Amino acid sequence: MAIDAIGNSVLSQVVRLWAWLFLAILIVFFITAVPLVSGDTVSFLSIRNSQNILVAITPILLLGLGQTFVIISGGIDLSVGWTMSFASVVSALALRWGYQIGLPIPLAVLMGFCATLACGVGIGLFNGTIIAKLKVPPFIVTLGSAFILRGLALLFSENTTVIGLPRQIRDFGNESLFYFVRGDSEYAGFYFLTKPELPRAVLREMDRIITYPVLVTAIFVAMAIYLLRATRFGRYTYAIGGNREAAIRAGIPVDRHVIKLYVLASTTACLAGFLSVLRFTAGSAVIGDPLLLSSIAAVIIGGVSLFGGSGSVIGTVIGALIIAVLTTGLVMLNVAPFWQFIVVGCVVILAVLIDQSRDAIKASLETRQ
Amino acid sequence: MTAEPILSVRGVTKRFGGLVAANNVDLDVYPGEVVALLGDNGAGKSTLIKCISGVYAPNAGSISFEGRETRFATPIEARDLGIETIYQDLALAGNLDVPSNVFLGRELEHQMLSGLLKRLDNRRMAEETQRVLSDLDVKLPHLDRPVETLSGGQRQAVAIARGIYWNAKLVIMDEPTNNLGVPEQKKVLELIRRLKASGVPVILISHTLPDIFAVSDRLVVMRRGCKVTEKNVADTNAEEVVQYMIGALDDTEAA
Repeated sequence: MAIDAIGNSVLSQVVRLWAWLFLAILIVFFITAVPLVSGDTVSFLSIRNSQNILVAITPILLLGLGQTFVIISGGIDLSVGWTMSFASVVSALALRWGYQIGLPIPLAVLMGFCATLACGVGIGLFNGTIIAKLKVPPFIVTLGSAFILRGLALLFSENTTVIGLPRQIRDFGNESLFYFVRGDSEYAGFYFLTKPELPRAVLREMDRIITYPVLVTAIFVAMAIYLLRATRFGRYTYAIGGNREAAIRAGIPVDRHVIKLYVLASTTACLAGFLSVLRFTAGSAVIGDPLLLSSIAAVIIGGVSLFGGSGSVIGTVIGALIIAVLTTGLVMLNVAPFWQFIVVGCVVILAVLIDQSRDAIKASLETRQ
Repeated sequence: MTAEPILSVRGVTKRFGGLVAANNVDLDVYPGEVVALLGDNGAGKSTLIKCISGVYAPNAGSISFEGRETRFATPIEARDLGIETIYQDLALAGNLDVPSNVFLGRELEHQMLSGLLKRLDNRRMAEETQRVLSDLDVKLPHLDRPVETLSGGQRQAVAIARGIYWNAKLVIMDEPTNNLGVPEQKKVLELIRRLKASGVPVILISHTLPDIFAVSDRLVVMRRGCKVTEKNVADTNAEEVVQYMIGALDDTEAA
């Protein structure tokens, strides 16, 4: 018996299917439309494009994962975008310092990672403690800390990209589990874990399948699903969002749990920042901000109620996929990139409208029983 | 009643600034009895109950539970000793299903990898919930529905089941039949009788005299913070009780 807070009745499970359906329709649409526009030279469902979509959603998803928990508990974290930027700058600085004092590269990377974790825990404790103990609304606290982190990130980076990192870290951020070489050269075929040595001409035919950031994100998604569905931690998150007073009366340490939720949100955001450092071999103070709204949009399209108490991790994954498929698909259709924002905005509003009418249908069915 | 009282309240007084909300109140509750607490709004019923359930600390007087004098710092301490207070709507998380609510804060878990990893044992929680509900003769169509989809009486049943499962030794119910339809009210009264039959005493706060006369053994009337009378239900009638409530009769003055 699946005991999932929102999806309990069969009805609500079925109605929630619209998100899956919408994603499927989008994919089918782009599969047919993209070759028409590009004259059969480009395929939407190619390995390369599907991998591009996955790489594009990793930061949105990592920001959205922690956010999913926070919003289910009835809060919100507006600081995750600048948290990601701040972590990108700080971990790049830490990694570079480690490299400059002569540490071997894996150790330097580890230093960057530890700096990332420290940022995540520190920022989360700051947000969570003010929200839980001092009872300042989450919207206000995280708005404030977003500004603080923006200032700090720009200060630390001296308003430029943090460069001078060892080139080898690119491998951590860009290489993959599998490689596939297209065409009919002698090199064509699948490779597992080891990158094939290819002549320059064939290199263009190689696709990376499941890059390490995608793998890391997938592991985090799996852990988040488990945490929310199968553990006390997840159950308490739903309970606090559903009825905070009841959670307190049931003896749940609500304040401590809320603090943990904000630590979770900022830690996944910081991880996104660290992965971006490995991917671009640079730290950037402006990388996170544009992703904040996308991540909240993914969470909302995924069916998490802003009032708290309902939602799922899978929903957020679907939401992020819908956004990524839309944006890459529209680019491939040669639509001016600004249209992406307009379309995503419409989808967000539509998603909430559909969920609200679903709730109304459900309520009317239940009163009739 | 020959047995020792399970709850014994002596001279409890609670002041809020100049207001004496409960004034030198005595109350005994014996195993297996239903005691009704009556009074107009502001008579001090809720204050007395909150002293017993650990929400307030009384300014004077003592509360003994199972023969031992107790002083609760929080409602959770009272509940851990077996005093379960069932509030109208505060106690359940509407978005969670029935077993999740029964076990809220005390979930059953599987241990995995020798305790390193813990997973909720949803199946066993559902089975145990089913068991305690059938003990109470409560039938719910779907346990895996959010409790906000249940009726008011069904929600009361879930709250009571939670108390019973965690070995409540005294159940306090605050206006349990408020906002319920007539068939639902009957079900809640039936639940109170079942609690009584299984030996669990109940303190029932209610304004509804027919309900009180239907299930209670004894009744206590409060007025302006004081206990004005205590009677066996068999020895009184609704008219007399109302006279006590409005102050036309008062045993403390006669004494």
